[in-house]
Amino acid sequence: MEEAVKELIDENQEYVINMGPQHPSTHGVLRLVVSLKGEIVKNVEPHIGYIHRGIEKMCESITYPQIIHLTDRMDYLSAHINNEAVCLAVEKALETDIPDRIKIIRTIMSELTRIQSHQLFWATYGMDLGGLTCFFYGLRDREKILDIFEETCGSRMIVSYNCPGGLMYDIHPNFQNRVKEFIKYFRRTLPEYDQLLTGNVIFRERTMNVGRLSLEDAISYGVTGPSGRASGFSCDVRKHEPYSAYDRVKFNEITFNDGDSYHRYLVRMKEMWESMDIIEQLIDNIPEGPYAVKMKPVIKLPEGEYYQRVETARGELGVYIISDGNKNPYRVKFRSPNFVNLSVLNLISKDFKIADLVTIGGSLDLVIPDIDR
Amino acid sequence: MEKAQLIELVKSLCSDAEVTEGRQFVEAVVPVKDLHSVAEQLKTDPETAFDFLFCLSGVDYGKELGVVYHVRSTKLGHSIVLKIRFQDRDNPVADSVTDIWLTAEYHEREVYDLLGIKFRNHPDLRRFFLPASAGYPLRKDFVDDENIVVKK
Repeated sequence: MEEAVKELIDENQEYVINMGPQHPSTHGVLRLVVSLKGEIVKNVEPHIGYIHRGIEKMCESITYPQIIHLTDRMDYLSAHINNEAVCLAVEKALETDIPDRIKIIRTIMSELTRIQSHQLFWATYGMDLGGLTCFFYGLRDREKILDIFEETCGSRMIVSYNCPGGLMYDIHPNFQNRVKEFIKYFRRTLPEYDQLLTGNVIFRERTMNVGRLSLEDAISYGVTGPSGRASGFSCDVRKHEPYSAYDRVKFNEITFNDGDSYHRYLVRMKEMWESMDIIEQLIDNIPEGPYAVKMKPVIKLPEGEYYQRVETARGELGVYIISDGNKNPYRVKFRSPNFVNLSVLNLISKDFKIADLVTIGGSLDLVIPDIDR
Repeated sequence: MEKAQLIELVKSLCSDAEVTEGRQFVEAVVPVKDLHSVAEQLKTDPETAFDFLFCLSGVDYGKELGVVYHVRSTKLGHSIVLKIRFQDRDNPVADSVTDIWLTAEYHEREVYDLLGIKFRNHPDLRRFFLPASAGYPLRKDFVDDENIVVKK
């Protein structure tokens, strides 16, 4: 027995344990090798690659419309926004004019995607911290958005609703009514979320001042999305480099200066209100017109390099395409927000207790397939 | 800073750099040995203040390997693309920029893992996604008889 214990203690007298790859709080196959002194975390070393599928390599042998279906499988909770990133990059390269109808539908769908992603974050974050009720409340409301997706896109999560030049199909005739119904419903139920969790004393004690990330570190580590904005890093691509219909809607970029787990959580809660505002401004103003621009049957991008960034529910997704003029891209790189956000985990969880590691990891809202790609 | 000014500035920092005004960003191909000093000066100079490395990608150009750095200034809002190229495919080594932008630590590990480009002074250069026996799959001459099926 003693021999076995000795092997677990390394040269710095630290106890090394594996958290994951099948740990419930990592929400996927992420393995964290944690060095502990007593209960205090001294070092966290993520081991990734359990679901590395080589999406970037696969992209090199398929055509542009096919790539879209792979991007769904990266950050599956922001599937629609990932699709949009590739489509925008292709359309920018071909200098295609996109009619307003497509832009507005894309924006509405993106914001619905953002809401359902934040709902799932709220649900699972509550569950990670011991509040099982959150999970039921969150999924109950998320189901309504997934039903809207199902009706219009034919799929609930992996929507693949975009294609270069527009959308795969037109919206369902019922779409506008259902979205409006949902917004009405969710404006009533979102305050319940705050009553249940945000004001809860145990929750606040466990998240406030835990895992503080300074603004300098956030920029230097490139932490974007709600996690970056909680540290005061104004990084919302929708504001700084508007794409689709974001230039015609009014919304606020939510930023805080504290940068702890509680404020990372709060940014997401407030963003759901902003997303609802955006949808309400657009839902009655969908103009008539075609749902897709006619593109050439085989899409070939002119030789050159193209970079497109979009704001997913987790941060800045960059699509970097190098084309040599063929129907397949020469090289595709996805700058995935989760991969970059993970890099900060070791820094901000140092000297906290191991239970706080769950809090901090959850507040970064990592989606593992997007890290591994 | 305007694109034209930025081009002049990078040229003055490094006389060997080939700077062009790209479609989207100013693009500068810098000699491998000068990359670290150019990057450091671009970050510390208050007029450029490139503090946010938002994308770092490794590319196999066929005869050459390369690394592409997309950098932006969060204060001033302008962006630049720095590129380096290696003639030597067998042992490409560049200086790590982890001390300038901390986010480079993970990105460089990824590039090392998938393309086999090494980075000097990197704090922890190990493979990230793949086991040691996997080779460097993002290289164009990578062969894997088992998993890659070429349709004819």
